[in-house]
Amino acid sequence: MTGAPALLASERVSRSFGPVQVLFDVDFDLVPGEVHALIGENGAGKSTLMKILSGAQPPSAGTLRLDGGPMRFSSTEEAEDRGIVLIHQELNLADQLTVEANIFLGRELKRGPFLDVRAMRREAHRLLAELETGIDPASRVSDLSVSDKQMVEIAKALSRRARVLIMDEPTAVLTARESQSLFRQIARLRAQGVAILYTSHKLDEVKAISDRVTVLRDGRIVQTTPTAAIDEDGMARAMVGRDLNDLFPDKAPSPEAEIVLEVRGLDVPGHVRGASFTLRRGEVLGLAGLVGSGRTELMEGLMGLRPSTGWIRLRGQTVRIHSPGQAAKLGLAYLTEDRKGRGLLLDKTMRPNLTLLGLDRFSNIFINKRAEERALDDAIARFDIRARRRDVRVGNLSGGNQQKLLLAKTMLVEPEIVIVDEPTRGIDIGTKQQIYGFIEKLAAEGKSVIVISSEMAEVIGLCHRVLVMRSGRITGELTGDAIAEHQIVRHAMGLEGSEIHDRQH
Amino acid sequence: MTVSTEAPAPSASPPRRRPGVNFHVLGPLLALILLVVLGALLNDQFLSSGNISNVLARSSFIGIIAVGATFVITTGGIDLSVGSMAAFIAGSMILAINYLLAGMGAGWPLVLVGMAVGLGLGLISGAVNGLLTTRGRIEAFIVTLGTMGIFRALVTWLANGGTISLNFEVGDIYRPVYYGGVAGITWPIIVFALVAIIGEVVMRRTAFGRHCSAIGSNEQVARYSAIHVDNVRLLTYVLQGALVGVATLLYVPRLGSASSATGVLWELEAIAAVIIGGTTLKGGYGRVWGTVIGVVILSLIDNILNLTDVVSPYLNGAFQGVIIILAVLLQRSRKGER
Ligand SMILES: Nc1ncnc2c1ncn2[C@@H]1O[C@H](COP(=O)(O)OP(=O)(O)OP(=O)(O)O)[C@@H](O)[C@H]1O
Ligand SMILES: [Mg+2]
Repeated sequence: MTGAPALLASERVSRSFGPVQVLFDVDFDLVPGEVHALIGENGAGKSTLMKILSGAQPPSAGTLRLDGGPMRFSSTEEAEDRGIVLIHQELNLADQLTVEANIFLGRELKRGPFLDVRAMRREAHRLLAELETGIDPASRVSDLSVSDKQMVEIAKALSRRARVLIMDEPTAVLTARESQSLFRQIARLRAQGVAILYTSHKLDEVKAISDRVTVLRDGRIVQTTPTAAIDEDGMARAMVGRDLNDLFPDKAPSPEAEIVLEVRGLDVPGHVRGASFTLRRGEVLGLAGLVGSGRTELMEGLMGLRPSTGWIRLRGQTVRIHSPGQAAKLGLAYLTEDRKGRGLLLDKTMRPNLTLLGLDRFSNIFINKRAEERALDDAIARFDIRARRRDVRVGNLSGGNQQKLLLAKTMLVEPEIVIVDEPTRGIDIGTKQQIYGFIEKLAAEGKSVIVISSEMAEVIGLCHRVLVMRSGRITGELTGDAIAEHQIVRHAMGLEGSEIHDRQH
Repeated sequence: MTVSTEAPAPSASPPRRRPGVNFHVLGPLLALILLVVLGALLNDQFLSSGNISNVLARSSFIGIIAVGATFVITTGGIDLSVGSMAAFIAGSMILAINYLLAGMGAGWPLVLVGMAVGLGLGLISGAVNGLLTTRGRIEAFIVTLGTMGIFRALVTWLANGGTISLNFEVGDIYRPVYYGGVAGITWPIIVFALVAIIGEVVMRRTAFGRHCSAIGSNEQVARYSAIHVDNVRLLTYVLQGALVGVATLLYVPRLGSASSATGVLWELEAIAAVIIGGTTLKGGYGRVWGTVIGVVILSLIDNILNLTDVVSPYLNGAFQGVIIILAVLLQRSRKGER
């Protein structure tokens, strides 16, 4: 298939933002009927290259070729007219519109001067059904979960009948089942001769569905190979530029230390019922379960971010937590799964973002900016945040570096109990290893960590003990060797276990 | 594991902020300088100390209010009620003074009590706006549109459709608060300068200012960062109310009366000044010094048109409108940066 003439190609394409160059002389090509994976560390320039290929951003230098002829898109619409469709890494939906209105946005079906609402609904229905989702085309996008929104993005892209479909981390927020149905669609399109460019930090996925892999490091292509000729370790090595032996640090033995947090019968109306659990000092506690099982809501209820009732005992004292401010004072910190919507101020620079949660540490009457700058220096070094300019808007940082900044922000208040929600979503494998290292180190220092994660390997590789949730209840608790994939899945699906801690009054 | 977190990445110490002139930041200042030069060319009286202090004195009421509006807008709110609130406070103050005159006699104590009434009413009015938006969870635009009508109706009712006038004797005692001053600078200007300086410092250098812009930038992020969003919001409206009170108690001795026509359209002038100054209307970014320049720009346009007869002063509003739109255009081109 590599012998086929390229459908879309870039020749010596470079891109700079102000004085910062992020892509260097990239030669890249896509042939019809292939699934081409683009992999690389956070900030390597994958999204930037994809945006350039799809006309969303112009290159600073170099040429793009479509069907062998040079081309220059002045807009994404123009690129879409030529059959090139991009699914952005960030969701790009109009929140207040319905699903069907979003799918046909800018391409509305009409009958005479009027919208053909019925035809659009029918077509939207068909697309969503093909993706095996239960999303109602008439529902408002703002009411959907993140993964459903991503499925709508995909449906929207499919509706454009692309010749080239470019997807920037489509599976980062999808559940395993949703990813599988996406892959079936990808296979179908590929059979029809569509060229698919795709990026993901989940290397097993890349191995499973792609035909060719291109590795990008620091804005340069380091290799392009048939997927058959490279394994996951090889990909990781090429991305990071060094060997990555153990992804997970050695697990410390399960701590016997005192219980620092005890929760009994915590209810979060509409989401969680009667959750009870304990957490020891130095323990890493996993919280597994399907997306939507109430894991995030449970922790947000605990943190005072949602109304909740229940009995909470912290270091031997019964407490009530009404607000996140109070939780912070009690030594609890929560790292949200939604870093763009709830974690970071995207239009501000790194410094105010870093210190926002712990601002009282930097101010008496006035904020001490010099101390803030020093804290930023520390955070950049400790969490290996790679920003090419110190005053870059956080929205322009690559996803992984945003996540590291968010982690730095949370850790700045030196919490005793840290709750991290999907800490490695959209994060490259080298950074993942670093983050696992941080979590392990925290626990070794005697802090307690709760890890909410949909990534099975993460829960298994990192946690001393795992709680599994299903439809708002904690349905299982696994320790030691019982922490295994099939066990977690059985509990999460409801094939095993019941509410182990029922409501207590 | 093979990663050493200590090893600094090659990019661990990126270059610090580059020095250089940023025209978007300095835009309002350049516009101001341009206007001053223009004014000086058109009329030789323009730079006289009399004219300058006249312009500044007239700027000071709107200016003091606009400093409060800067905080409200930066936090993502809006207060449309300030003009009516000023009229209501002025009317109530005068009525209170006239009522207490019999008991207390004309004198400074009475004036001070009157001022306290003004300030207190400002605080309360601001708190009403703030509580309705935060606790009542009603859009600020709607709340303050409502209170705008309410305050305006109240002052009309208090004045019985006419004018409420300050007792002459008290008025004479009160007059120096508007006309007097130190070293030739009148009190309104001095107070405006103080309010502006304190406002700028609070916005830039305190946690409160930082919280305001965080909330305006993304309320959810602020909430998840343990900021008491409702309290900060409430505080901005209370601050706004208090500053309306301050502006009003400086304004009352100027005319010595209040009517339903007092303070009409002040809210729009204040908001315009804030926007010209570079604060973003949807919140998230605010600067008080910009607002001060915005206020001065607006009154300079008025002043220049009055001093020269090249263009009719009736076109004042049109010029101000052009400036506002230009300011927003400048703001937009700032977005793509960095
Ligand atoms: N608009 C912008 N202005 C300035 N710098 C930018 C802009 N967009 C991207 N960058 C920088 O370009 C580099 C590459 O970013 P890009 O988003 O392409 O990375 P990525 O490979 O997609 O990373 P991730 O895996 O985290 O999504 C980063 O250093 C980023 O900070
Ligand atoms: Mg990316």
